[in-house]
Amino acid sequence: MYSNKLGRLMFGLKGLKVTSACGAFERAAARSGFSWAAVCKQRTLWQQRSACARMHQTGVRSAVHTTVDHGEVKRFQLLANKWWDEEGEFAALHAMNDLRVPFVRDNLLNAQRERHPGQPLAGLRILDVGCGGGLLSEPLGRLGATVLGIDPVEDSVRIAQLHAAHDPDLRDRVSYQACTLEELSGEGEPQQQPEQGVTQFDAVVASEVVEHLADLDTFAICCSHVLKPGGSLFITTLNKTNLSYALAIVVAEQLLHIVPRGTHDWEKFISPVELERLLESNGFLVQSVQGMLYNPISGAWSWTNNTEINYALHAVKQDDEAQDGSSPSGGHNEATNS
Amino acid sequence: MHKFTKAPLVLNGLGRCLITEKHLPAVNIIRRGLVCSENRTDSSKTEVYDVIISGGGMVGSAMACSLGMDPNLAGKKILLLEAGHKKVMDRVPDTYSTRVSSISPGSATLLSGIGAWEQITRMRCKPYKRMQVWDACSDALITFDKEDLLDEMAYIVENDIVVAAITRQLDAMPENVQVKYKSKVVKYTWPMPHHAAESIPWVKVTLANGETLQAKLLIGADGPNSMVRQKLGIPTVKWNYDQSAVVAVLHLSEPTENNVAWQRFLPTGPIAMLPLSDTKSSLVWSTSHHLAEELLELDEESFVDAINSAFWSNENQSDLIETAGALFRGALSAIMPSAGSPRQLPPSVAGIGPKSRVMFPLGVGHASEYIRHRVALIGDAAHRVHPLAGQGVNLGFGDVACLTHLLSQAAFNGKDLGAIQHLLEYETERQRHNLPMMTAIDLMKRLYSTNAAPAVLLRTFGLQATNMLPTLKEQIMAYASK
Repeated sequence: MYSNKLGRLMFGLKGLKVTSACGAFERAAARSGFSWAAVCKQRTLWQQRSACARMHQTGVRSAVHTTVDHGEVKRFQLLANKWWDEEGEFAALHAMNDLRVPFVRDNLLNAQRERHPGQPLAGLRILDVGCGGGLLSEPLGRLGATVLGIDPVEDSVRIAQLHAAHDPDLRDRVSYQACTLEELSGEGEPQQQPEQGVTQFDAVVASEVVEHLADLDTFAICCSHVLKPGGSLFITTLNKTNLSYALAIVVAEQLLHIVPRGTHDWEKFISPVELERLLESNGFLVQSVQGMLYNPISGAWSWTNNTEINYALHAVKQDDEAQDGSSPSGGHNEATNS
Repeated sequence: MHKFTKAPLVLNGLGRCLITEKHLPAVNIIRRGLVCSENRTDSSKTEVYDVIISGGGMVGSAMACSLGMDPNLAGKKILLLEAGHKKVMDRVPDTYSTRVSSISPGSATLLSGIGAWEQITRMRCKPYKRMQVWDACSDALITFDKEDLLDEMAYIVENDIVVAAITRQLDAMPENVQVKYKSKVVKYTWPMPHHAAESIPWVKVTLANGETLQAKLLIGADGPNSMVRQKLGIPTVKWNYDQSAVVAVLHLSEPTENNVAWQRFLPTGPIAMLPLSDTKSSLVWSTSHHLAEELLELDEESFVDAINSAFWSNENQSDLIETAGALFRGALSAIMPSAGSPRQLPPSVAGIGPKSRVMFPLGVGHASEYIRHRVALIGDAAHRVHPLAGQGVNLGFGDVACLTHLLSQAAFNGKDLGAIQHLLEYETERQRHNLPMMTAIDLMKRLYSTNAAPAVLLRTFGLQATNMLPTLKEQIMAYASK
């Protein structure tokens, strides 16, 4: 069912030879003549490396300097056409806008002084990391913010641009770029003058992204570079618990097909505590963490106190002086200096 | 007859409004299908509006005003298209117009929210405190009033005054709210529900003068014969009553406080006298087509006699019914001695106003779906009722309030205004409110259309019993006031 669709997509989009139409995504190496095996091997290598880095928790930056995981890129490339089908593979993400747009909007409004009726986020610059088809960039743009959406998958960015092109309101406010976060923030190197070649954003939104990244340290550092001091970082992702494995992987992917199979890798999930530690060691102060719950029957999300499956996190970038000095959260910030 | 084929459609609508969740499964969304789509890339030349409202009657213009005044929709481009000319009323005319509506407190709240109610009270409106409804075939009657006659039950306002007041408010709106008069729509082009790369995702509206406009959301407020509804192919449960309504302005024999609305159910149809001022009232007489034509041809004196006798004579009552009625009343007063009210007679009529009497046919209609992809129906375009309960325009104003609230919330969440999620919520909420009301009105009409003894006995007893239960009456009034 899903594999057939995928097979057709692959054939249509990439012109690859499809040797067998069946098989789960995890056995992708056997599916076509393309060097899937090599890609998978590379991915496993990166996984091991980043897992090592995290496990040791020495704060030494991992050998990988990129956040991009090429296996993930390939997977999303194949789903590019499905972004704007509200009842299709990304239905749950469309529904999540009911939670994440108010989350971003209200937290940004709290920090603002002026009120603009009709355009609550007017004057703010927001970076949407891993924007995909622009599902979250568009609502934020409609609320008045100037949004830059970036995604390493070029097809997704193309779809996003096409979708926003028809709307005169969005054409001026929402723009997209097919690049990675490191490229945008300037090679991931810390810079003494952040204004040099890097545009400063009031907020960075990384929704359902960190569970697809190869290296979170680099991600946090790059976010810090592109944000103004006092700027907000919004992350929504999944927790690494037994419950999240049961519900998000087994039930959502394999049983109910709410999410395409193979979308999530449980090893990449991160708990709020770990994420908080990671962010605070990179100069952020976590303001709030809130659990989210998906109801597959109604297809709607709701807020909950339980962060065991999905959660949303809001962190604020500390001023530069506080960051370079001794970190109050205790050690491990050798990564800030090259 | 044909009612049985219509029943599944009604049940379909009922079913959907009872079980619909916020996110419908794909099947139902696809069912709402498309009629045709446009595949051109010149979208940059045609102007894209956020909302286009088709139809500038009481409900359509109230919708435009309501959207324009909402703070969350500030800056959104709203356009109202009206085929007629602009209704300006610098000075209220001395003569009353024949078409009036009963505005419920809920509708008055909406109108005061858009600033039109103040204009209306300054121009001309008549509040009434009591309503007496009684049967021609028996002694049964029911009166509705608020406690101690302190509060107003509802208001009688001429339709022209409502439109003029709202038009005045529209004139004062900022430039993002526009009105185009004398613009008749000749064609609608519907978008594909699933966004395809080359096609324009907006609704395209073509006017008679060749202009084309595009809208992210089209609101159809174009009356009971809605072109929007027909072009979408929405199945509509509708039939014509074999009745027409005759309307006129009545001059009363002597000035009176005139704060009571009177309605008497004759076997041929209800006759209602609604207060306009201390000396004038409005007549709405729903009767068979044949009788209505006859009434229009009568000279003034005979017409006035016919009205007075319709309200006053007791010729339709048989002895059986009278005795039975008396028995019921006796039994009920034994259970609830304090309830019940004395029968009053309406003021007598001396003459009619200078504007000629008119008649118009009556029917009922209900669209099984109020919404489609990027389209919503409000007012008579979605539902049409018999005037006997004075609810027609109030249901429409209820639609306006509900849709405005949902669009406001959607805009505050950065949503595309034409997205189906909140349109579905609107449909569910309004169908849940409108369908019971419409069914009740239709049942009443049928029940009172006969003078067969069993029906008369049933409704006599029902009316008397309801009259004796103040809590039930309060519930009815509350539901009708929304």
